[in-house]
Amino acid sequence: MMTNARSTSSRLFHFLGSMNLAITLLVLLAIASVIGTILQQNKPYTDYEVKFGSFWFEIYRMLGLYDVYSAIWFLVILAFLILSITVCVIRYTPGILRELRHYRESAKEKSLLAMKHHAVLTTNLPNPDIQAIAQQALKSEKFRFRIANNDSHTTLAAMSGAGNRWGYWFTHLGMIVLLLGGLLDSRLPLMLAEWQGKLKPETRNIPASEVPQISRLGPQSFAYRGSVDVPEGKRANVIFLNVRDGYLVQRLPFEVEVKDFRVEHYSTGQPKSFESDIVIYDPDHKEPISTTISVNHPMIYKGTAIYQASFGDGGSEIDMRLRPFNVQYANQDVKGNIFQNYTLKASNANYQVELKDFRIFNINPVTDEKGKVHQKNMGPSLIFRLRNAAGEAIEYTNYMAPVEIEGRPYFISGVRTSPADPQRFLHIPADSNSSVDLFFNYLRKLQDNAAVRKAVTNMTQDSMKDSELSNPAMQEQVIDSMIRLTEMFASSGFEGIQQDLAQRFPKEKVEEASKAFMKVLQAALRAVYMDTLAEQGKTELTDKDWLFFDDSLAAIANLPFYGSPWYVQMTNFKHIQASGLQMTRSPGQNIVYLGSIMLTIGVFLLFYIARRRLWILIKPRDDGQSDVILAGTTNRNQKDFDHYFQGLQSAFQRALTARGA
Amino acid sequence: MSVPQEAMQEFLDKPSLLQRLKTFDWIWAALVVLGAAFVFMRYHTAMDVYEKSFLVLAVPGLVGLGWHWRSIEPYTLAVTLISLLGIWLYHGDYANAEKVFGLKYMFSSQSAIMWMSALFVLATLFYFAGLFGNSEFLEKTGSGLTWTALVMGLSGLMIRWYESYLVDPEFGHIPVSNLYEVFILFCVITGLLYLFYEQRYRNRTLGGFVLLIISAAVAFLLWYSFDRDAHKIQPLVPALKSYWMKIHVPANFIGYGAFALAAMVSVAYLIKDAAVKRAPDGWTAKRLPSLDMLDDLTYKAIALGFAFFTIATILGAMWAAEAWGGYWSWDPKETWALIVWLNYAAWLHLRFTKGWRGTTMAWWAIIGLFVTLFAFLGVNMFLSGLHSYGEL
Repeated sequence: MMTNARSTSSRLFHFLGSMNLAITLLVLLAIASVIGTILQQNKPYTDYEVKFGSFWFEIYRMLGLYDVYSAIWFLVILAFLILSITVCVIRYTPGILRELRHYRESAKEKSLLAMKHHAVLTTNLPNPDIQAIAQQALKSEKFRFRIANNDSHTTLAAMSGAGNRWGYWFTHLGMIVLLLGGLLDSRLPLMLAEWQGKLKPETRNIPASEVPQISRLGPQSFAYRGSVDVPEGKRANVIFLNVRDGYLVQRLPFEVEVKDFRVEHYSTGQPKSFESDIVIYDPDHKEPISTTISVNHPMIYKGTAIYQASFGDGGSEIDMRLRPFNVQYANQDVKGNIFQNYTLKASNANYQVELKDFRIFNINPVTDEKGKVHQKNMGPSLIFRLRNAAGEAIEYTNYMAPVEIEGRPYFISGVRTSPADPQRFLHIPADSNSSVDLFFNYLRKLQDNAAVRKAVTNMTQDSMKDSELSNPAMQEQVIDSMIRLTEMFASSGFEGIQQDLAQRFPKEKVEEASKAFMKVLQAALRAVYMDTLAEQGKTELTDKDWLFFDDSLAAIANLPFYGSPWYVQMTNFKHIQASGLQMTRSPGQNIVYLGSIMLTIGVFLLFYIARRRLWILIKPRDDGQSDVILAGTTNRNQKDFDHYFQGLQSAFQRALTARGA
Repeated sequence: MSVPQEAMQEFLDKPSLLQRLKTFDWIWAALVVLGAAFVFMRYHTAMDVYEKSFLVLAVPGLVGLGWHWRSIEPYTLAVTLISLLGIWLYHGDYANAEKVFGLKYMFSSQSAIMWMSALFVLATLFYFAGLFGNSEFLEKTGSGLTWTALVMGLSGLMIRWYESYLVDPEFGHIPVSNLYEVFILFCVITGLLYLFYEQRYRNRTLGGFVLLIISAAVAFLLWYSFDRDAHKIQPLVPALKSYWMKIHVPANFIGYGAFALAAMVSVAYLIKDAAVKRAPDGWTAKRLPSLDMLDDLTYKAIALGFAFFTIATILGAMWAAEAWGGYWSWDPKETWALIVWLNYAAWLHLRFTKGWRGTTMAWWAIIGLFVTLFAFLGVNMFLSGLHSYGEL
């Protein structure tokens, strides 16, 4: 039984230290690592579910593919790698030590002659002279050697390049040190606590103060790495550690306030630097500590490094004017903050307005007439979602100031129903006061039947005055259809009119009818437009005014697809930024660096110092001459050694004959 | 009993380093020292402690390199002279790049890089012509052209460095910050590594093989620069504004260059191996170097690449600790660097401990290049992560 047990454990030891296992682990680790780069890690779980379908989503989740580098099987590979390297070092160290101590001066003549590098020289020098030459040669070549005298021969056994063996230790111990250092900074303690049920990541989007105790970590944590967004003027005493689809709240041993966050720009408009003025409040210090951090220049306080990692909105204050597209309702002025939701009443339904983001700069590529692309700042924008009672949301990006396109200014609003969709844009033409007033005046007039009637009546009377067709009944008919068409256009655009026509006319007549109706509609729209301008005292219309007319019609035609009952106009804002701070405590870092340095030194020793052995066996012959057997081995760079050994051999030859001649 | 001195002096027929040095070596070393002294005196007020120590360490480093490999001496002199000439021609005005003849056609960084590109392609043709035509003259011309290309390439980078300050003093940075610039660096480093081994092994037949991959890089460079205007000097994004970039990137490219060299030598190995098996006395078998030498060269290149890649990855981790808040984030680029490292670590282990040689290892070295290529380019093209500087 005893022998059996010993053989099992020794077999296990042998297996763990084997090269096959080591190579397998290296390759396995490489393949496992690939998975984590192909599949984006730690995204919201719903994204994965949408991507893979619920069946595969569940399987991949169980395999830990959404967080490969924390998956149990991945950690097991790493653990085996540490074990394998350790066993390897333990197993080979005694042999290496023995080898470093043993000169092998008892090597037999036969085994020397069997070496790839060997030479037999003959000389008539006396034995002591040969020995002296050999010794001097070995010394000048920096070999350490021993001499063994035998009754039949003398052997000088020499070696050099012990550094190569140090290379072996340095690389392998360096790897162990490095991996253990990394382990200190890892989330292994958190994972263990989670398995024991002492810790549970929070998945709800709730304020840090409401997160239950089971998702919290105290300030005494050994190592952590997480982040927090701190609005300007606010303080934070926790950071959030992302864990799969949730997070943990890590209490900091101090408080950090962000005084100010700044982005500096190059002359081209590209960002040059991101920096935050921060203040650290620590009960251990009477005076708060003020400093500035920026990208690549973190601050280290009590073992915690504070990095400038990102930035975003910190809840900017936004003044909005909601302009309904429907004439029956009045404008509303609303004040709000980014990240807040507001319930507002529009026409006959309630909507939730969710303010998502505010951007003070929007630098976009713009192509000029010559086809050259320029970077252009389009000014501040507001991003918000409008959610209806059914919970469906549309996302809008509204620019505060008009943007010039082909020489004409527009208020631009981007629309999309899902973040994956490309944005579609509504272009509302800006009037000469850079406002949307003219457009909305016109739109309201189009929806006001009385106003339309007034405008088109004037117009038809003007145009029919001279006509012989002057016929009050027909005139009335034309006016009625104009009002009806205008109303239809103002509520459902050209598309609505086409649908209406398709219902009322047989297929073959639709096109003809459509042409006629469009003419009538155009005339009515023009009449109302001219009326709108006339109210402002403008009776002579320029090309510019007609372009505005065209742009207004294009915008109105798109309104049915816009999906919002209002045009949300940003009228004022107070920009409040938030600085994204990453905080890390990694006590293992210096250990990792130590391991890295050992590894580097080791690699160079291993590659560039060859372990060489030489034997010089001097054997007197019966005829008074002596045979000198020169032999050598190396563990690196055989080709270099070929050359070296040849040089050695001919030098010996020369030295032995020069004296002997 | 003493051994006569003269016998021992000649013992290994190997003079010491100092004995081997010739007058020119000393003149060159003096120039390096003077150059560094000049830079120090003139710019020390603008330098921080790192820059000062780098300058000081650069002197023994460069002198050692030059004495160890003599060709570096005339090479650095040529690069220095051309760079200074280019800088002088600018007279402090970037607009001169289009106005001054010498800049427009020769020494503005863009022109110098074009010259480098053309010369590399030409050198590839000459090397192959020399190989097929069994002509030493053509091969020597190939070496000459490669040296010239390397002079133009490195000078181009140096001048580009200066240009970046001319465009806007705030833009100024070492030209290793985007794909365009590092491709030039790759061409230069791979070329230098190749020439080093060409001289060590006294064999020019591999020039075509190695320059083939440099020519491929040149093709990419030209496409990138004409199609995407990549040669335009852009300011650095805040994440790259760090001293680490200056050492992390070049160390990485010594690794990439050496791995590329190893893969191309392995291609030659496989061709030679197939040729020897088919017809041991055939033309191909005779023209290409011995399998032993090819195997040895592959190993040396991989060992060198591995050593520098290790350093580069560690430097990268140190930089990451300063910029991203952690020395290791399993970011795709980091992870692929690890994969490359593991791959060559496995290669070296098999060679050291199991003595693997031959076609398997040659194929592996070639596959290794593809893994490296993915880490270098593929990650930026297909995967998203923190390292998004060199996007195509």
